[in-house]
Amino acid sequence: MRKSSSTTVQELPGSAAYRPTPPPAWRPRTDPAPLLPDPEPFRVLGTDAAAAADPELLLTLYAQLVRGRRYNAQATALTKQGRLAVYPSSTGQEACEVAAALVLREQDWLFPSYRDTLAAVARGLDPVQALTLLRGDWHTGYDPHEHRIAPLCTPLATQLPHAVGLAHAARLKGDDVVALALVGDGGTSEGDFHEALNFAAVWRAPVVFFVQNNGFAISVPLAKQTAAPSLAHKAVGYGMPGRLVDGNDAPAVHQVLSEAMERARSGGGPTLVEAVTYRMDAHTNADDATRYRGDADVEAWREHDPILLLERELTARGLLDDGHRRTVAEGAEAMAARLRERMNADPVLDPMDLFAEVYAERTGQLREQADLLRAELEASEETGDAGEGSHSPHSPRGPRGEEGDAR
Amino acid sequence: MTTATTTAPGTAAPPKPATMAQALRRALRDAMAEDPAVHVLGEDVGTLGGVFRITDGLAAEFGDDRCTDTPLAEAGILGAAVGMAMYGLRPVVEMQFDAFAYPAFEQLFSHVARMRNRTRGAMPLPITVRVPYGGGIGGVEHHSDSSEAYYMATPGLQVVTPATVEDAYGLLRAAIASDDPVVFLEPKRLYWSKADWSPDAPATVEPLGRAAVRRRGSSATLITYGPSVPVCLEAAEAATAEGWDLEVVDLRSLVPFDDETVCASVRRTGRAVVVHEATGFGGPGGEIAARVTERCFHQLEAPVLRVAGFDIPYPPPMLERHHLPGVDRVLDAVARLQWEAAS
Ligand SMILES: Cc1ncc(C[n+]2csc(CCOP(=O)(O)OP(=O)(O)O)c2C)c(N)n1
Repeated sequence: MRKSSSTTVQELPGSAAYRPTPPPAWRPRTDPAPLLPDPEPFRVLGTDAAAAADPELLLTLYAQLVRGRRYNAQATALTKQGRLAVYPSSTGQEACEVAAALVLREQDWLFPSYRDTLAAVARGLDPVQALTLLRGDWHTGYDPHEHRIAPLCTPLATQLPHAVGLAHAARLKGDDVVALALVGDGGTSEGDFHEALNFAAVWRAPVVFFVQNNGFAISVPLAKQTAAPSLAHKAVGYGMPGRLVDGNDAPAVHQVLSEAMERARSGGGPTLVEAVTYRMDAHTNADDATRYRGDADVEAWREHDPILLLERELTARGLLDDGHRRTVAEGAEAMAARLRERMNADPVLDPMDLFAEVYAERTGQLREQADLLRAELEASEETGDAGEGSHSPHSPRGPRGEEGDAR
Repeated sequence: MTTATTTAPGTAAPPKPATMAQALRRALRDAMAEDPAVHVLGEDVGTLGGVFRITDGLAAEFGDDRCTDTPLAEAGILGAAVGMAMYGLRPVVEMQFDAFAYPAFEQLFSHVARMRNRTRGAMPLPITVRVPYGGGIGGVEHHSDSSEAYYMATPGLQVVTPATVEDAYGLLRAAIASDDPVVFLEPKRLYWSKADWSPDAPATVEPLGRAAVRRRGSSATLITYGPSVPVCLEAAEAATAEGWDLEVVDLRSLVPFDDETVCASVRRTGRAVVVHEATGFGGPGGEIAARVTERCFHQLEAPVLRVAGFDIPYPPPMLERHHLPGVDRVLDAVARLQWEAAS
């Protein structure tokens, strides 16, 4: 601020000597105080609020967390068997993934990133379809309209403006639809994150931005990503509320997301939610996490595991006994077995699909190129050389980049 | 693709002749009136009517929700348009200037161009991205780029550019009607070009992907598009003094590319020059020359030549006339088409 010639001390607003003489056009736009996140992540488990939590919700969350963990383990195992090209695991983040799915109504939309197949599956998407991208037989393995799940998005944060646009369009049409967009801590540094939040706030779009701060963007810790007090604080600059939640406390995440969804639903506009969590596995199966983090951190987070936290609560309240625990575990095991079995079947691929749906109508050059490939395929069939033909892509895969990009 | 006729009731005809800017505006207006799913969004497109006034009056007629002034963020605009299209709208995005479309490239390349393919056809994106492009208007840097090679190199995009007032209307209507994304390049310097075109007369919506022969000729073919079409027509007129009868093909659509019309012309004339403002190295002319050579080699009397912008960052306005392909440079190229061998 420029030093005033008449006063030597800059008085603070609220003090008696303060004489605001703002420029003519200036007026305060929003009171930032209600937008600020609480200093501590919101928690339910281990607090007084836990006793009031709905037992049915807690049990649903528990069953979903256990299934989610098993799903992550199974998918990671499938990479080792060459059945998946790559898998970015959400182990440790199951509470976020599951809660994100559970707070959505049928008509709401989910905008996931590559790490969020679990959220998509928890929303009801067929797990094999959810894994199509990561298996590598197509990009998106499902019709986004069927479960209102946008394609899993790999270019960081680029799905966020889509969520805003969809929510905006729904509101213009008078439809009661909310979009929930997922992004990682690293993704908050991207320009599209900024643009999406700004558009959402200006348009008061019914959208919720949900950041899973799992500590790392591949190898880069949050401290190298941002100097903001918290990622939730970024909301204030856009004029929307920021909420901070313990991302391993499933009922807490569920509650904070539900409130944000309700706010969007009722015309209150967007919310930015930051869940503080931890990525227990490496970035993907192709990543070596020991190059950038120590075991001590991982062990500390193991004590704050989302399943453990919820189990303690359920056991203390007498809601979970060994029999129930076994039933849930068996259900998860059965899910994994089915997934394993289905993923062990080679996908049927038609190389001619390469030219499908590039345009509504094939261009001349695509027709020519399709003819070329068809002739090659026919020639290789005649010579008995099956070639890359219509067979599985699951020959042993070449070495993957050390950075383990989700691709 | 779409072929339709439009009668636009209710609005008085502007005095003849009309400008390309008016035709574009009328195309937007008619598309919005016909289909409530058509939404225009961009920077200054509402109250101001766009810096080139192409969206003038649309916000007043259809409301701010149909013609929306957005925050200043090209990726955000196009990204939001993706979401709107996912929900069944038909967004028409205005990029303020060619070089200011670059921030939106990631959305364009990674999402707009691929969504149909990524989702096996479940989620086509009927988005039109209007980009004023090209030089010759005395613009300072970042206001005169010809970026079509980037768009052409991106499968999934259609790339269209009008050169006449009538095409401005017809091609824009066809672009908006298309279920695939279209990058619609508007030659800035032709915005104020005029023609006897009445928006009240029924206007044919051109199908995309067809080139037009603007001038019949027999000695050589000038293959061109957008702002270079009038240059080539002028060159063709001047060439008659040399005894050359030049054919001028206006591509209108760079993607899909109309090999048929182009090659039919070159096979007849046996000679071809590609003319455009975009830089030559890695530019559209290389692709066009290669296509023509591959298809018409045995009818060609000379190599296909290119007259393009120099391979330099777009120059300052006081020097741009040296950079832009002009009539003389086109005629010089025609002169190099090995006429001696023919005589
Ligand atoms: C635009 C873009 N840049 C780089 C990458 C490569 N990449 C894939 S994941 C990743 C880290 C992302 O970290 P974060 O947003 O925190 O999400 P997380 O992986 O932890 O879930 C990077 C750099 C990418 N996918 N997209």
